[in-house]
Amino acid sequence: MNGMLVLPVAIPLITATLALLFRKSSVLQRWFGILGMAALLGSVMILFRDVYTDGIQVLQLGTWAAPFGITLVADMLTMLMLGISAIMGVVIGIYSLYDIDKERERFGYYPLLHILIMGVNGSFLTGDIFNLYVWFEVMLIASFILLALGNSKNQLQGALKYVFINLFSSLIFLFGVAMLYGMTGTLNMADLAVRLPMVENTGLVTTTAMLFMVSFGIKAAVFPLFFWLPASYHTPPVAISAIFGGLLTKVGVYALIRVFTLLFTQDSTHNEYLHTILLWVGGFTMVIGVLGAASHMEFRKILSFHIVSQIGYMIMGLAFNTAMGIMGAIFYVLHNILAKSNLFLISGIAQRLLGTFELKKMGGLYKHYPFLAVLFLISAFALAGFPPLSGFWAKLSLVKAGLSIEQYVITGVAILVGLLTLFSMTKIWLSAFWGTVPEETPEHFGKIPLFGAGKLYILMIPVMIIAGLIIAVGLYAQPLLELCMTAAEQLLDPSVYIEAVLGPQ
Amino acid sequence: MDTILPIIAGAIFATGIYLLLRRSLILTIIGIILISNSVNLALFSLGRLSTENPPLIKAGSLEPLAPFANPLPQALILTAIVIGFGLLAFALALAYRSYRELGTVDQDELLEDAEDTSAAIVPRNDFKKGGDA
Repeated sequence: MNGMLVLPVAIPLITATLALLFRKSSVLQRWFGILGMAALLGSVMILFRDVYTDGIQVLQLGTWAAPFGITLVADMLTMLMLGISAIMGVVIGIYSLYDIDKERERFGYYPLLHILIMGVNGSFLTGDIFNLYVWFEVMLIASFILLALGNSKNQLQGALKYVFINLFSSLIFLFGVAMLYGMTGTLNMADLAVRLPMVENTGLVTTTAMLFMVSFGIKAAVFPLFFWLPASYHTPPVAISAIFGGLLTKVGVYALIRVFTLLFTQDSTHNEYLHTILLWVGGFTMVIGVLGAASHMEFRKILSFHIVSQIGYMIMGLAFNTAMGIMGAIFYVLHNILAKSNLFLISGIAQRLLGTFELKKMGGLYKHYPFLAVLFLISAFALAGFPPLSGFWAKLSLVKAGLSIEQYVITGVAILVGLLTLFSMTKIWLSAFWGTVPEETPEHFGKIPLFGAGKLYILMIPVMIIAGLIIAVGLYAQPLLELCMTAAEQLLDPSVYIEAVLGPQ
Repeated sequence: MDTILPIIAGAIFATGIYLLLRRSLILTIIGIILISNSVNLALFSLGRLSTENPPLIKAGSLEPLAPFANPLPQALILTAIVIGFGLLAFALALAYRSYRELGTVDQDELLEDAEDTSAAIVPRNDFKKGGDA
């Protein structure tokens, strides 16, 4: 029992409540925002130490013993995800200080951001499948409002697509939960892991697994269920785009990793079938996503298609179903959240300077803002997988994992997609950074400094923090790789998880 | 009950899918409502319906009178209904807002891609003044 486990959920809730109470004062809201996120990061670090030294931490809420009450569980995967979610919270909190306008602030941007983080953290922590559904809904409703907040025409169009597909996916998820409950009579994930192998009707188990795959697949935006993502993620303000693009889709990936390593692990032909489907899905997601990115000329749309493409790598790692593959997938998730959000944040700064997201109307950033160009290069090269940045290690582990189990075709596809990623990053670089300064630029272009009057540095600080993390992870990857390996080993041996939750069997 | 309820749930689900595929936004929302209810019914019938004693503990005794009905599915459905209600309220408000803003509920017209997405961002012309951030 570790009472600390409740903090990653409680702190955002308290912060959101305070921010709501002082809704009229934007200064207080901003301070609560930053302090709340910092407190969250602190609590996650303390919790991380516990998990690192003592193994999986468990909290039975209301002291109801395991299969009956709601259990919070923190294993290494949970902690890594919580850590990255807290880091994202801090940087987005800072970025929002400048990026979010007074109107949105007045209509509750900050409380919603914290509720969103609470939903994300709850999804990572919970050990109960129905509770996971509830946290998903908390996250969804906050994301719905954040996406639609502002009511501009584009945002409403984006929000409509996002809302309906996600409502549908939640209902499929709920139906999957109902099936699990009908077959086993329990909802605790550890207890389910014990009882599912005893279910005689393996066909029904596979059907349920497919329901989960479709539902989480929609949330993670995998092929062929991704169309809503590039249609909506480029519409809200950049701070919101960045946290959606970085964090939200990865919650879907987390849920996929969790259910396909803990629940649906029975040795049967059905199961091999599931992993083959995942492998194909991963491959197609990579290719289609990157082709979509190659065909667009809008900064944030290119980035949105890249989210889809990168999800494919994570799904591929999961489908390999080896320690190396899952480690690669987890590392990829962490690296991708950093690189992707940073690119979104940079696109926001570029838009503030040039007044547009259309690549054809952009240019001259390298000439006037070389430092911004360097930061973009770091993130873009990390995304494409250049050594010595974080993306290199992520791709290297996945390629190694693929070669070691002789999946040559998909590994080849993964490498090829890396090249295409570089191609579309070059496209942004060529037109927005190297291109000639377009004729119609806002008056301040080239005159306003990144640091100094105009307060653009508020936007630059988060970008520099993340770029620093990308370089640090790239140059000194071993500790993080080891942590991901620990997480993968814990995932592949569910008995540790089960024992931690249900006690010795 | 054990055979009728799943059939009803299935029929409602199918109707919901049909409505979901229609072009009008309002019909889509009604489709989601129907699917949501059919999933609740499925949850109910998968929780093993039985006509037994209510799961209440009489004063003085320590456990309910066996055999008692399973109360958990009802708790689950109640939660699901409340969540579904909140989400649908939001979806309706969004649909209304879109109708006011875009003047139609036909999805083909509603979802035509907008040209310039930069418009979504409120321009800040406070660079010269030093900003108020």
